[in-house]
Amino acid sequence: MQWRYDVSGVDTVTLHFGERIDLSLVNPIQQAAQALRQELGTRLLDVVPSYTSIMLRYNLLKDDLASLMADVAPLLNNLSTTTSSQLTSNIIEIPVWYDSKVGPDLPRIAELAGITEQEVIELHSSQPYQVFAIGFAPGFAYLGEVPEQLAVARLATPRVKVPAGSLGIADTQTALYPLASPGGWNLIGRTPLTLFDPKREPASLLNAGQQVKFTPIDFAEYQALGGQLDE
Amino acid sequence: MNKPKQSPLGLKVMSAGFLTLLQDAGRNQVMHQGLANGGAMDRHAWAWANRLLGNAYNTPTLEITFGGLQLESQVATRIAITGAKVPLTVNGKPQNLWSSIVLAPGDQVHLGAPLAGLRSYLAVTGGFNVSQNLGASCATLMREGTGGQNEDGQKVAAGDLLPCKALTSHALNQQAFKVPASRVSDYQAPLLLDVILGAQVDRFPAPSLEKFFNKAYQISPQTDRMGARLDGPALDVIGERLISEGISLGAIQVTADGQPIILLNDRQTIGGYPKLGAVTPRSLDALAQRLPGSEVRFNAVSLYQAQLAEREFLQFFKGS
Repeated sequence: MQWRYDVSGVDTVTLHFGERIDLSLVNPIQQAAQALRQELGTRLLDVVPSYTSIMLRYNLLKDDLASLMADVAPLLNNLSTTTSSQLTSNIIEIPVWYDSKVGPDLPRIAELAGITEQEVIELHSSQPYQVFAIGFAPGFAYLGEVPEQLAVARLATPRVKVPAGSLGIADTQTALYPLASPGGWNLIGRTPLTLFDPKREPASLLNAGQQVKFTPIDFAEYQALGGQLDE
Repeated sequence: MNKPKQSPLGLKVMSAGFLTLLQDAGRNQVMHQGLANGGAMDRHAWAWANRLLGNAYNTPTLEITFGGLQLESQVATRIAITGAKVPLTVNGKPQNLWSSIVLAPGDQVHLGAPLAGLRSYLAVTGGFNVSQNLGASCATLMREGTGGQNEDGQKVAAGDLLPCKALTSHALNQQAFKVPASRVSDYQAPLLLDVILGAQVDRFPAPSLEKFFNKAYQISPQTDRMGARLDGPALDVIGERLISEGISLGAIQVTADGQPIILLNDRQTIGGYPKLGAVTPRSLDALAQRLPGSEVRFNAVSLYQAQLAEREFLQFFKGS
């Protein structure tokens, strides 16, 4: 795997593995992150994988840039990575109530694509998605990529409050809001599952590298699973 | 909230002021979950408060923004208050900042509004007995609803009890300590922030970099624990947004309006705005005490210089 690095802070370096969002980078980046955590242990204070990069925060009482990279470089160069998603048995199913009551942008997406709302739901739930990155907010998973017809630019004016569990689309990405927060993604539904709970281990239901499949449910099932309507 | 059956003793909050948070050195090993590092904004003042009492480096303290905190002690203990220049009294009698103070049960501690600086740190001998679960830290993240006394991200409120241990009379009679005057920061001095340049500096044309390093910027009122927004000469950025990547502490991000934002302890974990570089942690400590409207300037330093200063700080307070 090809890589380069740059200095991104007084105690951080960012490793780069590619220049564009690419499904084939997801697994190698997760494997590299895991190997770095395993081999370097507490010398690393944070290992932050994203679409094409991993940021490392290191302990200045244990390392300088040279001593760190002297161990990071051989580790990355000798890493045998697999690009295929061999974890298909580990697809996480997430029930979603796709409905304009909790997904106010569903009608507009259908209209833009020139299809019915039901067809949007079928398209969106027909395929598994890869978790490209976790970030922005606790447990916020960037999933990709949505069928071309459903790719819609994010809202010009973000909503002040998006309820927890909301499922949205922005460009070719789709994501769930683990916690209520402001947000500019186009909302199409909501899951009753708790996506992030700091008292749970692991706190986040979704982790980078995993695959996710959405299962449409109706309002009765949504309620039965603990789903709420807006207060 | 589950209250333990036998009530612990500690410092009772009579009035919490504008914003009082439990903070320590912040979280490690959590950013990959989308969780912020958090932690004390001015580590210099924070670390001194703990050191005055012989506490370990990562001991939980209170971070009090804009003063206004009133406490009643239920135990005999020692406290130390550092940071912002606030009028400090115990039972109405003025006390020194940056020094250890003995409290008896029933003593009333009162912090007024800052005359200089912004954030005060209150440490107690042995620390507050609160959980340091997430990322080995008690850091309060209000936006996330994580950390703090009840692990729900809530700020400290009137009526809260902050548990701490009672000291023996032998321990109380030990010598009082104070911070040497040369180590007490002046929060009204002009502030020059050290910056190490980042790899994306090539997106900023030379005239923009010249403005950035030669003109003054003002701290915007839209500044919080996530980021310090600045008002000043707008900077041009060449090229598109980047693919989102991890954001380091102090990263100087430039958005569409050309104004720089310095990303702080409670920042989002990944993002795609171009970054000019990163303000050093030592400079962020000083920045944390500047009020909105204060002027700051920037100074480029080498990674070597920045690491030397940071390592010196960590070695002094943590030991090597």
